[in-house]
Amino acid sequence: MGIKINNENFKKNLDKNLNNDFMRAAMVKAQDLINKNRTNVLSQLGDGNYREWQKLSGEVRAHVLENLDFYLNQFAENVVKNGGNVFFAKDAKEASEYVTKLAVERGVKKVVKAKSMVTEEIGLNHHLIDAGVDVKETDLAEYILQLDDWNPPSHMVVPSLHLNRTQIKDVFAKNGYSGKDIPEDLAAFARAQLRNEYVTADMGIYGCNFAIAESGAISLISNEGNIDLCTSAPELQVAVMGMERICATYEDADICISLLARNAVGAKSTSYTTFVNGITEEGAADGAKEFHVVIVDNGRSKVLKSQFKEVLQCMRCAACLNICPVYRQVGGHSYNAIYSGPLGVVLTPLLAGYDDFKELPYMCSLCGACTEVCPSNIPLHSLIHEHKRVLAEEKKVSAFWGASMSGAGMVLSRPWMYKLGTGVAPLMTKPLMVDGKIKKGISILKGWTDKRDLPALEVVRFRDWYAKRSKGGNK
Amino acid sequence: MKVTLFTTCIVDFMAMNVGKATVELLEGLGHEIDYPKNQTCCGQPTYNTGYVEKTKNTIKHFIETFEHADVIVSPSGSCVMFVKEYAHIMADDKEWKERAEKVAAKTYELSQFLIEVINVDDFSAKLPGKAVYHHNCHTARFLKVKEQPIKLLSKVEGLELVDFHNSDKCCGFGGTFSVKMGDISAEVADEKARYIMDANPDYLIGADFACLMNIGGRLSRLGSNIKVMHIAEVLNSK
Ligand code: SF4
Repeated sequence: MGIKINNENFKKNLDKNLNNDFMRAAMVKAQDLINKNRTNVLSQLGDGNYREWQKLSGEVRAHVLENLDFYLNQFAENVVKNGGNVFFAKDAKEASEYVTKLAVERGVKKVVKAKSMVTEEIGLNHHLIDAGVDVKETDLAEYILQLDDWNPPSHMVVPSLHLNRTQIKDVFAKNGYSGKDIPEDLAAFARAQLRNEYVTADMGIYGCNFAIAESGAISLISNEGNIDLCTSAPELQVAVMGMERICATYEDADICISLLARNAVGAKSTSYTTFVNGITEEGAADGAKEFHVVIVDNGRSKVLKSQFKEVLQCMRCAACLNICPVYRQVGGHSYNAIYSGPLGVVLTPLLAGYDDFKELPYMCSLCGACTEVCPSNIPLHSLIHEHKRVLAEEKKVSAFWGASMSGAGMVLSRPWMYKLGTGVAPLMTKPLMVDGKIKKGISILKGWTDKRDLPALEVVRFRDWYAKRSKGGNK
Repeated sequence: MKVTLFTTCIVDFMAMNVGKATVELLEGLGHEIDYPKNQTCCGQPTYNTGYVEKTKNTIKHFIETFEHADVIVSPSGSCVMFVKEYAHIMADDKEWKERAEKVAAKTYELSQFLIEVINVDDFSAKLPGKAVYHHNCHTARFLKVKEQPIKLLSKVEGLELVDFHNSDKCCGFGGTFSVKMGDISAEVADEKARYIMDANPDYLIGADFACLMNIGGRLSRLGSNIKVMHIAEVLNSK
């Protein structure tokens, strides 16, 4: 699949999602619930302290990015010391090809996979399937999406947020489930199906929350236990990670993991925090006998050199999605990419180019809530604004807005033009008035007036009132 | 004190009552108003749409118009927040950057000025009824003006302030976002309006006319008769 999840026109896709009442109700419910839990668990960090934590974790991440060459080398050396192999992939193709070739060479028939955004990003599943390898997603939500004909994820932490339990029951029914849409029953069905997959799989693939440079370990946090099974049952294991996903030390990772769990699911920690440290000891009952780490660049080193480099501090907690007023209304699929919400707005155009994603930076009311919550201390709203600047000033994407804004810039810096313009405006908008309000706007005003009234422009502006009053002699 | 008033463009040509109430309120408290006639706008419309270079002349014009002031007060926190961004935007130009810093240091949002600078306690304002308050994102989040308006409103005789669901969330205005992504913006406003209606207040009060115009526009379309008032109008109600 890759970063882009559909080829539909942006506006059409958006309209479709805005009309999906079920999905929209689910977003509202999920946001409110996750935020409530998040606020609760963060308040236990000590009142007013969250800002300090954000700064600390931001520094930890920024430090690694400043010295990424060093830490990547240190990490890779330690992986090799631990008996593993490291492959640096410059793009999605190289990464997918490496894993697929490995699977084919080792005669792998079945892969069990834990949820990972970067494997979605590089389109690994389809690469493997095309090579004749059976892939089983084991995270419950990803499992549902896979059974639903690879329905794309709509949220980084809760990928099937857009489906309700009846829809999930229907998906399962096509795969042999005959029960009702009761969550516990559905989960039991999935569990029974998946158990068997772990023991019969020849390869485990998973992502990486943080890679520890000082030890070569991969840390993974999860709630379902599927990651522990993927990291213990198959003898051949592959971890795929974005090249930025490094913490220098366990101590640094501790800070990040503490914030990740709290922000992602509103819990002090997730049910499982797993560390994979290379191949298993001789004679151990489980664990990897062969271990590979694929470190993916796929545009990241370019981002690292740009004014957007702070976005690489991201720990994929989805707190920014969960707080965003736009995401709340439109849902994950409206961003046309696997990364959605404020993070997606910033990251997607950087990794996949502006051409297909030039609308994204405008899906933002600049409210700044994302920046306020981000545990990686990324100034998300400023980076979104920087995208708009690039689109406006460097790419010149819209002749209409370019001209309008030139006009506005001119009027707003020349008082005589401003006074003239605001003086005649009420006259010009008079034909649009109904009951003292503008209810049916034309051109760009339509976007406003389709659902909202607009007050009439003042015939007596404040400045006119004030001037008249001053002449009255009191000031 | 001589207070230099920046009404903002939107108050000038869309909500003159807000400007008027601000003047009367400040004068009532014994201050002298200075209104520079050449003022236009803070520059956010072009800046927030991404046109930074086209905004710089507006910024320079603002600085020239206001730098004579002792103190600049505005009934819009969002615009004040943006004035405080000027130095950062003009960072490459030493002279303008310094002038921007000086202007920013003496610019206040109205409720911030009333509480932090002149520390007023009593307006003898009266407004009987139940009200909800909408926090403007830029004012609460970036300018950190959140308690001040609430403190002021708590002194208004007869006014009962109640909370509503998600009262700290964005109303969906976002400047040109409200027309460029009008559909999304309207949906955000709709949700906000409905939560406000659930609280069943007589008044919706805010300190930023842009948000009030947005939420009010939706309330009006939904047929609600909740009265929308700027805090200056409330504090000036006798
Ligand atoms: S940008 Fe920040 S808030 Fe958003 S997913 Fe990344 S770490 Fe979380």
